Amino acid sequence: MKMRRVLSLVLAVLMLAALMAGCSGSSNKNVIKIGVFEPASGDNGAGGKQETLGIQYANQETPTVTIGGKEYTVELSIVDNESSNDKAATAASQLVSNGCCVVLGSYGSGVSIAASPTFEQAGIPAIGVTCTNPQVTEGNDHYFRICFLDPFQGTVLANFASAELGATKAYCLAKLGDDYSVGLCNYFIEAFEGLGGEVVYETFPEGNSDFASYVANAANAGAEVFFAPVSTEAAALIIDQVAAQGLDMPMLAGDTWDSNVILNAANGKAVDIYVTTFYQEGGDPDFDAGVKEWINADATAKTNNGGDDTIAAVTAMGYDAYYVALEAIKAADSAEPAKIMEALWNVNYEGVSGPITFGEHGNANRDTAFVKHANTETGAWEFIAQQGVN
Amino acid sequence: MDFIQANLPYILAGISVGGQYALIAIGYTMVYGILRLINFAHGDVFMAAGLIMVYASTVLPLYLAIPLVIIVTVLIGFTIERVAYKPLRNAPRMSIMISAIGVSYLIQNLALYITGGLSKQYPSIPWISDSVTIFGATTKMVTVITPVLTMVLIVALVLLIKHTKIGMAMRAVSRDFETSQLMGVKINSVISATFIIGSFLAAVGSLLYFSNYTGVTPTAGSMPGLKAFVAAVFGGIGSIPGAVIGAFIIGICENIIKGLGWTTFSDAFTFALLIIILMTKPTGLFGEKATDKV
Repeated sequence: MKMRRVLSLVLAVLMLAALMAGCSGSSNKNVIKIGVFEPASGDNGAGGKQETLGIQYANQETPTVTIGGKEYTVELSIVDNESSNDKAATAASQLVSNGCCVVLGSYGSGVSIAASPTFEQAGIPAIGVTCTNPQVTEGNDHYFRICFLDPFQGTVLANFASAELGATKAYCLAKLGDDYSVGLCNYFIEAFEGLGGEVVYETFPEGNSDFASYVANAANAGAEVFFAPVSTEAAALIIDQVAAQGLDMPMLAGDTWDSNVILNAANGKAVDIYVTTFYQEGGDPDFDAGVKEWINADATAKTNNGGDDTIAAVTAMGYDAYYVALEAIKAADSAEPAKIMEALWNVNYEGVSGPITFGEHGNANRDTAFVKHANTETGAWEFIAQQGVN
Repeated sequence: MDFIQANLPYILAGISVGGQYALIAIGYTMVYGILRLINFAHGDVFMAAGLIMVYASTVLPLYLAIPLVIIVTVLIGFTIERVAYKPLRNAPRMSIMISAIGVSYLIQNLALYITGGLSKQYPSIPWISDSVTIFGATTKMVTVITPVLTMVLIVALVLLIKHTKIGMAMRAVSRDFETSQLMGVKINSVISATFIIGSFLAAVGSLLYFSNYTGVTPTAGSMPGLKAFVAAVFGGIGSIPGAVIGAFIIGICENIIKGLGWTTFSDAFTFALLIIILMTKPTGLFGEKATDKV
């Protein structure tokens, strides 16, 4: 009796689900699909959502593209790679089977590297938005990227730590098995030691939330700068511990920390945080105003942006990535992935984050990074310097 | 003095995280003692308590939010037992175990749905989130409170088990399930009481744990849950003092290992310890000897 009731309930739910699936399957002839391969959950969920926002904003600003004289509607196909290297391939094949002709993403290098073979086999070009690890584009023709690389970023950070912060000993913390933080730490260490500095390097395992001992290690090692280019989720915990233990040391990180998650975690605490990033709010006032207006008008967008209208650099990068993809589609004059891939090599686009052209391995030619400092009183980023490598 | 100042943070972190593991481990060990069930959903109940606090504190003042968190967590624990375990009372033990795994994933995915997968900042509770300085080492108040509160709760629990009627019933049920049933012990209320106590301690544990490590994610309960489970096995599953001592040992060792610079191996150590214990002393430090019933 009881079983039967449960069974009928389950069947009813299944039927409802089937109905709902039926609704969304509308077919339109002149549609071109762009895949959005971003994390919406897991370690990098916050950043991935902000990057997706940039893409969505660009899409609603320019929802069509002309191919062969016909106007095509651009449809975004968004999947969640869960910030996880083992889920990345599944999410990627979902985009392939959705019929995407070009893919944007991801935030986080590990997932991009993991998904790369899936896109390669399907012959679909991918445009990395903020995955900075060199391995993403190395040794393949289908992965492009519009951001700078970690060897560059690591050197900029090391120069900054040495010259501006006057540090001679650095404490580096990375997440075990995370391509991004381990990679960036290595490039930082290489550059910092090249400048005559000393480094203490440690890693923490997946799922760790107890950073008390790491902060104590940094203090005991006598380091002068705390370099932790880890996910924002771990970063919030580290910042909290640094404040709790009263560690009097500037903290330094890469592009992942340029997020309002960090600002919120640091708000009102005695911490000193510097990051390098792709875009500084105010770099393109029209873009800033447009995004803010759009975010404030849309409750979901605002939640995805972390509850306020601070513009993350990754949002600007997502915006640029979408237009780079459109440029390539226009140049190819086709919805064929292979032709778009060919056209991408010659794209020359003036984005809000700077001019974008692709060089060796499909990496963008970039030579500057912005350094920002977290103001813990106003809860905003302050511009410090624009840095290149000498 | 310098030596103390340099090493005290590790010991303090170890003791406090050990106390938090202990509060979770008791939930595992009591349920095992009575039902011979490893309640895999326990770590997720702990996480759920954290999330409830995040949401409750946005609409309620803290003096109302904290009791609410405890009450709702207890209700969750109670409901899980009634819905997912009680109907399987006479089923093979494997079925109820799988049901527990199912509940664990259900809670995690519900949390994923509700939070959207992002880390939620735990509210800072005045006084216990403040910084204090002990012998030159600065830490949060909660690190100092945790061991004290843990010990108080455990003494209260032991008194409850030794000197009250429900405690006596619990001891009887853990000795022999069927016989105590025949003797007129109301088995369902004893089991419910066990889950209520376990969830209550998990809720208190989550208040302390997340005050110190302020990010709540849908999987935030799995690692502490797993370590608390190792602590329960280490101390001898079914034994309350065993679980507490096991939890403190694991918490302190873990942080000392990090302090020695072997940060990469801090988790590996916990699980290596589990394997060694299972090989050399399968019943744990204080475990009862397995008696085969004929």
